[in-house]
Amino acid sequence: MADKALHLNKKWCKGCGVCVGFCPKQVLKIEDNKCVIAYPEKCIHCGQCELRCPDNAIYIGGRSDEQ
Amino acid sequence: MNCNSTTKNYYRTEKLPHIWCPGCGHGTLLNAVVRAIEKLGLNKDEVVVVSGIGCSSRAPGYLDFNTLHTTHGRALAFATGIKFANPKLHVIVIMGDGDSSAIGGNHLIHAARRNIDLTTIVFNNNIYGMTGGQYSPTTPYGDFATTSAYGNIEKPFDLCSLAQGAGSTYVGRGTAYHTRLMQNLVEKAIQNKGFSFVEGLSICPTYYGRKNKKGDAFEMHTFYKENCVDIKVAEKDPEKGKNKILIGEFHSCPKPEYTESYQVIIDRFQGMGV
Repeated sequence: MADKALHLNKKWCKGCGVCVGFCPKQVLKIEDNKCVIAYPEKCIHCGQCELRCPDNAIYIGGRSDEQ
Repeated sequence: MNCNSTTKNYYRTEKLPHIWCPGCGHGTLLNAVVRAIEKLGLNKDEVVVVSGIGCSSRAPGYLDFNTLHTTHGRALAFATGIKFANPKLHVIVIMGDGDSSAIGGNHLIHAARRNIDLTTIVFNNNIYGMTGGQYSPTTPYGDFATTSAYGNIEKPFDLCSLAQGAGSTYVGRGTAYHTRLMQNLVEKAIQNKGFSFVEGLSICPTYYGRKNKKGDAFEMHTFYKENCVDIKVAEKDPEKGKNKILIGEFHSCPKPEYTESYQVIIDRFQGMGV
């Protein structure tokens, strides 16, 4: 778990809010029509956002992955 | 590349972000299709993805397989040609509701009747999105579209019943919310040797959702979550399936496949030295 991290590709995000709605820990929010990882420390890496994002813009990767 | 490994391996990432509106269910359904292909471990060079015209038909342009974007309603006709030319290929056809059941309706029923080994996936968003929200053959009775300003007076097709009635040997329905079910159905559909039909109920927050006050993308997903019942549950307890959208595997009944039957005839005549 410790080596996992939530990543967001802002260029692909369209701010639809699906990930925000499905996140069980309210980690995400929409700011200026884009998703923002507001509380990364609360993320449990369940993968709901990655599963439901229509734009492949959010995903669980390693901590060392490109941001 | 700032994306997960599935996206990196199976998408043309230089083409992303895709053209679909914010919250469009097509992106989620397409991911389910891609995950199914990944899980089956198919050789990318042996996969062909064919589409017609419409929102859904933009899908192959983003995928790193052999892809073909054809004319409106004719994806199955082109796909039939591809399968006949090289029966070893896995031919996957992605169509929309208008593409598959209006202008392409005849291709659909005859491809199903022949039982040619194509995996047909329909992204059904209940409307013609790309051209501005006209009602389609799957727009529910009474619902609104730009061409049904007083409510749609036509009854919609049940695409799965249509495909099954026409002879499809594998039929299932998933939704943009039930994405894991969708993946499982597509996996089984690809493995079925014959005509397979999977309907993916999509969401169109821009036209269908807005015209019918269905809320935003999350609310439209929630509608599917609360109003869909698996066919196995509904068969055990019909009360649970009452006034609900049925999802799951509807039909699986292998029959002789078209290109194989054709090969039998070729082999028979070659054996005779004709």
